Amino acid sequence: MNSKFKIEPDRSLYPSVGKDGKLEIDLSSGKYVKIWHGPNHPGVTGNMSLELTICGDEIVEAKTHVGYLHRGFEKIFERRTWMQCFPTVVRMCVPEPDTNEYCLAAAMEELSGVEAPEYAQWMRTLVLEMARLTNLLRTVPGLGGTMGLGLGVQWGVYMRDLLLDRFEELTGARIYHMYIIPGGVRGKMPEGFKERLLSNLKEIDDFSLRVKKLIFDNAVVKKRAVGTGYVDPSWVDRFGVVGPNARAAGVNRDVRKDYPYLKYAELDFEPYVDENKGSDVYSRFWVRYMDMINTVALIRQILDKMPNDGEILARIPNALHWSIPKGQTYVRCESSRGEYGFYAVSDGSEYPRRINLRGPSYTHAIALLEKLLVNANISDVSPIMVSLTTCPPEIER
Amino acid sequence: MSEKKQFIDPDLQPRTVIGPNGEEIQINPLEDYFCSERPKVHEPKRWKIFEDFVNWARAESIWVLGFGTGCGSIELYPLLTPRFDAYRFGVQMRPTPRQANLMIISGYLSVKTLKRAIRSYEQMQNPKYVMALGSCTINGGMYFDSYNTINRLDKYMPVDVYVAGCMPRPEAILAGFNALKAKIKEGRAEGANEYAKNFDYYKANQKKIIKDWNMPDYNW
Amino acid sequence: MEEIIKNIEKMVVITAKKRQRDNLYFVTTGKDQAIPVITYLRDYEGFSHFVMLSVADWMEEGEFELMYLLNHPVKKVDIGVCVRIPRENASMHTAHHLWEQIWSYQRELKEMYGIDFPGSPRVDESFLLEGWDQIPPMRREFDTLKYAEETYFPRPGRETHDPATYMKQKLYPNE
Repeated sequence: MNSKFKIEPDRSLYPSVGKDGKLEIDLSSGKYVKIWHGPNHPGVTGNMSLELTICGDEIVEAKTHVGYLHRGFEKIFERRTWMQCFPTVVRMCVPEPDTNEYCLAAAMEELSGVEAPEYAQWMRTLVLEMARLTNLLRTVPGLGGTMGLGLGVQWGVYMRDLLLDRFEELTGARIYHMYIIPGGVRGKMPEGFKERLLSNLKEIDDFSLRVKKLIFDNAVVKKRAVGTGYVDPSWVDRFGVVGPNARAAGVNRDVRKDYPYLKYAELDFEPYVDENKGSDVYSRFWVRYMDMINTVALIRQILDKMPNDGEILARIPNALHWSIPKGQTYVRCESSRGEYGFYAVSDGSEYPRRINLRGPSYTHAIALLEKLLVNANISDVSPIMVSLTTCPPEIER
Repeated sequence: MSEKKQFIDPDLQPRTVIGPNGEEIQINPLEDYFCSERPKVHEPKRWKIFEDFVNWARAESIWVLGFGTGCGSIELYPLLTPRFDAYRFGVQMRPTPRQANLMIISGYLSVKTLKRAIRSYEQMQNPKYVMALGSCTINGGMYFDSYNTINRLDKYMPVDVYVAGCMPRPEAILAGFNALKAKIKEGRAEGANEYAKNFDYYKANQKKIIKDWNMPDYNW
Repeated sequence: MEEIIKNIEKMVVITAKKRQRDNLYFVTTGKDQAIPVITYLRDYEGFSHFVMLSVADWMEEGEFELMYLLNHPVKKVDIGVCVRIPRENASMHTAHHLWEQIWSYQRELKEMYGIDFPGSPRVDESFLLEGWDQIPPMRREFDTLKYAEETYFPRPGRETHDPATYMKQKLYPNE
């Protein structure tokens, strides 16, 4: 444990703790100031705000405020039939929309006993891995982006554009694809898709080397990022930390290995776990960087192993009058931020009774972030928040 | 505002505080913090040739407020990369409303964000424009029956250009910039003046849905 | 997994149990027995990871159904403990002493459904809505379309293009 995080032993200058765990802060004494790291801020991942109480340069208390993107999804779902939910459910998590479609399709298939054919499952795996790659390309250079080095972000967004072109060939839209439907997928791979995708992956290989030299071997970044935002491994179960944040703390959690779904049981890969680097901002971004390299290798493996042709859609009942039998289930899949789960309850009619999303940022952004920010510097707020990759649309749906 | 007493913070009542040097200061937050003057109409210049020149200058250097309000802000990042270059049109993203010219409302607005967007809009200086992206600002889009998103943006803020799509592609946003530039050069981009003239109408619409009218805790 | 359920059955009365998949079981108990069952599962059986706390609204039967979903990281199984509570003056014992993230789930349920968790920290704070003075919005008796039409001015000219009604009119025009 070679982190620089130490709690100072002399607590006499800090506010004392009151009876229900709250700090006794006297706001009119002039010693503490409340500022808002608010929604209109270039260093926040999305539309979320933090209410910070600071003393000098150090944060004493932090509260997360969400709700700026609350659209009432779960109420809207009760008014739509099962098939009409699809265009709406895609927009729940904006940067990586395919995981939403897959989870809802898997929940409906499980409750009604439909199974997707072989070729469709391979296509689903390919699309999910491509979606992870687009999100990782945007967030991995964020380590430099929060500290003022915007060059990596420009490269990363350009690489992501190349992948969005491939999505547009395959499904017809850049961001919201609506490609995975219950029973299979919507279409086949066009001519020449494989060659174009492989040439894009070569450019992304080149990009990863350049990003490593620019950001991860950079002295300024290392001085600022190593030792900030330490997450203890025992907090992983207490706070419900999942995904790359848990793997950076040394705990091996990956849904693709633990609960294999689609075709992951036949693929050969190992999630990268960071054993000894000290789970701080730098190592969380390093785990994501290795995830990105592993995802590129995984896409190449999928393109090698998948069959060339096959059926894309199983027989499903008439989509206008599809009543799913009564039951409840929980399906999960791995997005680039962690474990993404859907809890679906059906009461036998054509309308869903309850669809509840459990996004990974629900625990990262509210309970964990409020604990990590105590005794941190103001200029460290942005690197810590971006290293946890909190995505506000999935907290508040 | 008597019927909204339940939402007034105790921090916003008039009271006495003790300053850092020990002196006593009387504060009345609702008057001290918020401006009580109405926005004014910005008259065009006296001679037409000056007005044309100034409009050309405004149109060729539009600075955008970087406030990503909704879904559509994910297509604003590719705009700043060299592929769909927006810098060649003179468009930059600025972090504060005091330095910005154009406010882009990218997608749906929930009630909480609408309040912050209106505060940011009122802090921008004249002349200012508003561009609305997506179909959620036109008629509510797919969230038309949600209890937290607004349906029509032009009842609450004056809009100059609408760009349709879900999301609009970066090329569509560039076409929107070109349409806005043509409108400014002709002298028809009068959103801010409409806001100043019909101030009471807009405020009545906003107060109908924003019931918690005060901003949360500040203590300085 | 079957032994775990047999161990629970020795302690409390289980009203329903269901095997959904090989690694997912749902178990229903009474209101006062749910928190001891969850504590037993966490301390003695090793279900140390908490996944989510969710609610389904069964308005016809006059009950809410809470669901606590727990996960065993080593054996890789899930168990969901369901509890049924009445809808009027709904309240449930708090579980915030077991895991550190549960207080945020309980705050959300209090705001969206009106289920009270007495003793939970910060349960009265507003989480998603600001300036909301109607009934909790996720309850089934709240009509969201009517509320949206009255408060936000809908643009006129919106007809429904629901394919089910269109086909019904075409095929059976007399009904």
